[in-house]
Amino acid sequence: MNTSLNSLLVVVLALNLFALGTSRMVTVIKIVSLQGILLGVMPLLVEESITLTAGMASTVAVLLKGLVIPAMLLRAIRDVHIKREIEPLIGFLPSMLLGALATGFALLFASSLPLAGEHTTPLLVSASLATIFTGFILLTMRAKAITQIMGYLVLENGIYIFGLLLVEAMPLVVELGVMLDLFVAIFVICIMVNHINKTFSSLDTRLMTSLKE
Amino acid sequence: MTLALITIPFLLALLALAMPSNRWRPWTLPLAGLIHCALTLHTVFRNKNRYHSEWFGLDAAGLLVLLLISLLFLVTAVYLAGYLRYRQERDNRIFVTCLLCLLGSMTLVTWAQHMGIMWVAIETTALSTAPLIYFNKTPRSIEATWKYLLIGFVGIALALLGTLFLAYSSLHAGLEPSLALSELLHHAPQLSKPWLHSAFVLMLIGYGTKMGLAPMHTWKPDAYGEAPGAIGTLLAGCVTSCAFLCILRVWQVCTAAGEAAFISPMLLFMGLLSMATAGVFMVGQQDYKRMLAYSSVEHMGILILGLGLGAPALFGTLLHLFNNGLTKGVLFLSAANIHRSYGSTSTSTVQGALRRLPVSAALFTAGFLAITGSPPFGPFISEFSILNAAFLSGHLWVSGLFLLFLLIIFIGMGATVLKVVQGTVPADAPRTPYREGILTVAPPLLLIILVLMLGVHIPKPLHTLLTNAVDFLEVHP
Repeated sequence: MNTSLNSLLVVVLALNLFALGTSRMVTVIKIVSLQGILLGVMPLLVEESITLTAGMASTVAVLLKGLVIPAMLLRAIRDVHIKREIEPLIGFLPSMLLGALATGFALLFASSLPLAGEHTTPLLVSASLATIFTGFILLTMRAKAITQIMGYLVLENGIYIFGLLLVEAMPLVVELGVMLDLFVAIFVICIMVNHINKTFSSLDTRLMTSLKE
Repeated sequence: MTLALITIPFLLALLALAMPSNRWRPWTLPLAGLIHCALTLHTVFRNKNRYHSEWFGLDAAGLLVLLLISLLFLVTAVYLAGYLRYRQERDNRIFVTCLLCLLGSMTLVTWAQHMGIMWVAIETTALSTAPLIYFNKTPRSIEATWKYLLIGFVGIALALLGTLFLAYSSLHAGLEPSLALSELLHHAPQLSKPWLHSAFVLMLIGYGTKMGLAPMHTWKPDAYGEAPGAIGTLLAGCVTSCAFLCILRVWQVCTAAGEAAFISPMLLFMGLLSMATAGVFMVGQQDYKRMLAYSSVEHMGILILGLGLGAPALFGTLLHLFNNGLTKGVLFLSAANIHRSYGSTSTSTVQGALRRLPVSAALFTAGFLAITGSPPFGPFISEFSILNAAFLSGHLWVSGLFLLFLLIIFIGMGATVLKVVQGTVPADAPRTPYREGILTVAPPLLLIILVLMLGVHIPKPLHTLLTNAVDFLEVHP
């Protein structure tokens, strides 16, 4: 059980670095989509036996994170005719190195955390921290509105990984509520992206500077 | 009956979405406000046999916030019915629907007894307010909404991580992991300390972002400045109070765990930092709506500071939550009238408001006096009570800084307010067709009467509610 989970987590970590290093937006969306599918499958590997609730939560996660949300974002960038992230605030290679550094740090840090006995072996905690950090890099170091939202999704994925430790504490209602909120959030964001593009003729958030002290 | 409070706003939201008439749709708002307020008052007065399950239930603290939300929403809804009459050129379908969803999700926050459900409800309030902020669809309002969403998302994501840490703290202690408030309070002393500490920090930052505590307040002046004034009322009076309720819940768990000594200094620091930040940006502020946003940052700071002082200041803090909400209503609604008449929020154009809009300008001035803690208004009593607790518990430095910041803010805010209301109307100031009408003047007038009343005498039911809430929150170790 642990070996298959660990290998999936390694793929997730590799996808983080890939997302940091590419400039093509469609690629980033596809990476996040793949990450979403992998995350959706994970709850089934964590539990000893597959229950109906776990199956449902997993199906919803795969559908939403892996298919629906990426489809919405792909549509949004097709509507505004944008393909590439322009030169980010820090370059693609440096941010990839930063991500690699963060991953290493997360691996070291997780081993010093006071974890419950059964959680010391799998990569879950360190993968969660590294993914959260990757999300932060994308969110703060990219200029285009859409890539910033990809950062938010990666951040949310990182938190989801941590949630795998606590499958029993989160009732299905809450889990579905979190997913529904994520879906509505992306829906609102897609509308906003359209408005931003219409108003500023670009998705470059650096153009938004009229509100300051 | 019990869950009608939550479901009715959502049902009315569906109705508003389906309604074809742009003219009649806004009237669903006062309708929802009336039903909601009647049900809330019914709940307040019928003390026994309240619905309570492991996930949902109305404790005294939740009821207090619910009462505030319900009153403010009703008053704002009447105002909005008047406001949207002036804005018939804009489609208000999404606007009205989102407002009703906001009411429903805020009610859900007050009912939630499960930290996960509470988080979902708070996220829903954030999502339903975003379309309200860019109602005017100007580039500035879109910029404000983008910042609001992005900063809000990060904050709320950290709060989710904090919620998970909280659950992990019970798992690590060898307990059955749970996020139900009653379970957490019951097992509080056994919770694993390192995880509880980090959960508290993350949730303070996360929900603090929603409250607008410094240094996570940066979205606030933009959003409050660009949103219609009535939305400012709901954001500054209701949404922030909901976020404060969330912090109150975590605070309660941490205090029950005997961690007051760990969290108090952090709360005091955040409170004073917010007040100081507000003071710095309020002095010389040219935009009176942004000034109100900084005033909100200040009062969120006061609330967090009160919480940091612990049990002795609890009554004053809860009373201040109420006073601040109502007074913010007066300020934002009267400022919205002034904005509507001048079409500007800059003090270089907006002068002599007393001549042009005598009632609104007088209300704006009274609201300023009330919010800065001048007697005989309500905030004076609550701020004095918090200050008293600070002195009595020996926090001399905190009390001194608290007084100093209040003074700076009084002077800074006073300069801007007086510039707006006094003097003569500049010759080049634009004149819009807006005239003071009963629907846009009566709501803030009613609120200032309530604020004045709270300063002179706290009505018995509210007093009972406050003492019940203090009893519920105060944990006797």
